[in-house]
Amino acid sequence: MRIRPLPASEVRRISVAIPRGAAGRLPLAAAGILLVGFPALAEAFGWRFYLNLVTKAMILGLACSGLNLVLGYGGLVSFGHATYFGLGAYTVAVLAREGIHAAWVIWPAGILVAAFAALVIGAVCLRTRGLPFIMITLAFAQMVYYGVVSLKQYGGQDGLRAPRTELGFPLGDVALYYLTLLLLSACLGILWRVVHARFGRALQAIRDNEARAVAIGFPAYPFQLVAFVLSGALTGLAGILMAHHAQYVSPAMLSWPQSGAFLLMVILGGVGRFWGGVVGAAAMVALEEVFHAATIHWQLPVGLILLGVVLLAPRGLVGLLEGRPR
Amino acid sequence: MSGFPAALVLEQLLNGLQLGLMLFLLASGLTLVLGIMDVVNLAHGSLYMLGAYFAATLARATGSFWAGVALAVLATAGVGVLLEVSVLRRVYARDHLTQVLATFALILVFNEGVRMIWGPQALLLTVPQELARPVRLLPGLGYSAYRLFLIGVGIGLAAGLFLLIHRTRLGMWVRAGASNRAMAQAMGIPIRRVFTLVFGVSAGLCAVAGALLGPILAVQVGMGEEILILAFVVIVVGGIGSVKGALVGALLVGIVDTAGRALLPPLFLRLLPPEVASNLGPAVASILIYLLMAAVLFLRPQGLFPVRA
Repeated sequence: MRIRPLPASEVRRISVAIPRGAAGRLPLAAAGILLVGFPALAEAFGWRFYLNLVTKAMILGLACSGLNLVLGYGGLVSFGHATYFGLGAYTVAVLAREGIHAAWVIWPAGILVAAFAALVIGAVCLRTRGLPFIMITLAFAQMVYYGVVSLKQYGGQDGLRAPRTELGFPLGDVALYYLTLLLLSACLGILWRVVHARFGRALQAIRDNEARAVAIGFPAYPFQLVAFVLSGALTGLAGILMAHHAQYVSPAMLSWPQSGAFLLMVILGGVGRFWGGVVGAAAMVALEEVFHAATIHWQLPVGLILLGVVLLAPRGLVGLLEGRPR
Repeated sequence: MSGFPAALVLEQLLNGLQLGLMLFLLASGLTLVLGIMDVVNLAHGSLYMLGAYFAATLARATGSFWAGVALAVLATAGVGVLLEVSVLRRVYARDHLTQVLATFALILVFNEGVRMIWGPQALLLTVPQELARPVRLLPGLGYSAYRLFLIGVGIGLAAGLFLLIHRTRLGMWVRAGASNRAMAQAMGIPIRRVFTLVFGVSAGLCAVAGALLGPILAVQVGMGEEILILAFVVIVVGGIGSVKGALVGALLVGIVDTAGRALLPPLFLRLLPPEVASNLGPAVASILIYLLMAAVLFLRPQGLFPVRA
């Protein structure tokens, strides 16, 4: 006997009934005001350096939030998300090298390239689970990495300059900051809708008990593939922003240590916690910066702090802030 | 293959065999740690690096390559046991992601620690005098005596490991732990002590590989991460927890990688226009082992020699 799925109207009623974290609104509003006002402060006190640092943290936060969709909500450990990040960035640089500077061409192209790569790679990788999934995503990432390194006309191992796109207004540091903030907010809004909608709940149900989810009518493959493509597209958008931020792209952006760094930031922030990606990226950027300024051996204290987080805060920083599990 | 001189092919096969056997030393430990303890240990490469650094330092201090290598293996095994007792024991019960974060943190600590102690420059470890000259294998084919020695050591250690695992009580415990940990524990196997021992032995094997590859590759920070990925490819191809799988996987990866890099670019140059071939040859050669892994995973997700039913 085939069990019929719950009618969509029923599912919607259930999902609306779940509280949307009203208690989290106040810190969110405070963070929003702070971020909107930050460039003015930075201008007044001459903190241009910190302005760029916050831009970088927001870009990485976007990439990690994209990864968190598959990692946290889908339960799929992708060890190759640097691929989509790097492909987004390389699209900017390669199109600029070919003389195409129009933002309305470059930006959608970058997102499409990343999403298409995620579609192809996800379509193959999602046929496996567990450790094989981790390794096969890594395998594809390495193939793309070596593919990009071999493109001698686009810099090969040395990378490529990526001048900022002409958007109709000069894209200075402050403009890029606000653009990043706007896009990050928009993408987080989309992600919030996605993970709280029927689609997101189905994705989490598949993560928690695949056999049961499939039995009640949510086939794993299409749900996970859509999540994978959306995740790749968001990470690709972060890559585009990073190319503009650094004005330079290199194969290191597609390398496996970069994929590992994304995983690390999400784990640090909190896997499957909505703010995990953003908090983890911000914490990592801050950690690196604090110790980088203090000592050339900054990796040692960062490593020890990460170790402490693992042993003392198993649910990541967001889990630590939220207190005991409900 | 008519166009290729047989000597070149033979030389590349030997190089591949040598790389494969050294990879096996790393992969056997990694596969046991992952198979028995269910721990994803990214710091495995750091132990390899540490072995090479210890060997370079101790070889200079004692004036003998052999004493340096032997002491380095003991020292690294000691570090491995310490690591298991102090950190890894605490993350056994946690999920793989947590272990990834913890052992990645260890990589940072080890890399920076090594940089603080030895400085950022690569260390020099030279081939011992008695193995420095090439050996004539065939008329017209000289081959490095040192690489032949590595092949010999690799075969010897692989045989020893197989005897240990298939012919001794300890090996039986290890196999039992790999196939079903809870059942092994229920049958009274002192699994915690087995864990510590396996970790120490695998650290020692890392050090053998690191110390012996030191004269061929550079002894520098970051050397562990490069080879770690290859070791993971090996154990995934071979099947996690299987030492036999690690051996077959390591030889496959070693030979495919070496032969691909040496033979594909000239082959492509012959078949394709030069401007295409000069780009495509090295690219395809570098992704060959990843293609191999993807194909194996796709067709046999459990690897070539699955341990768990």
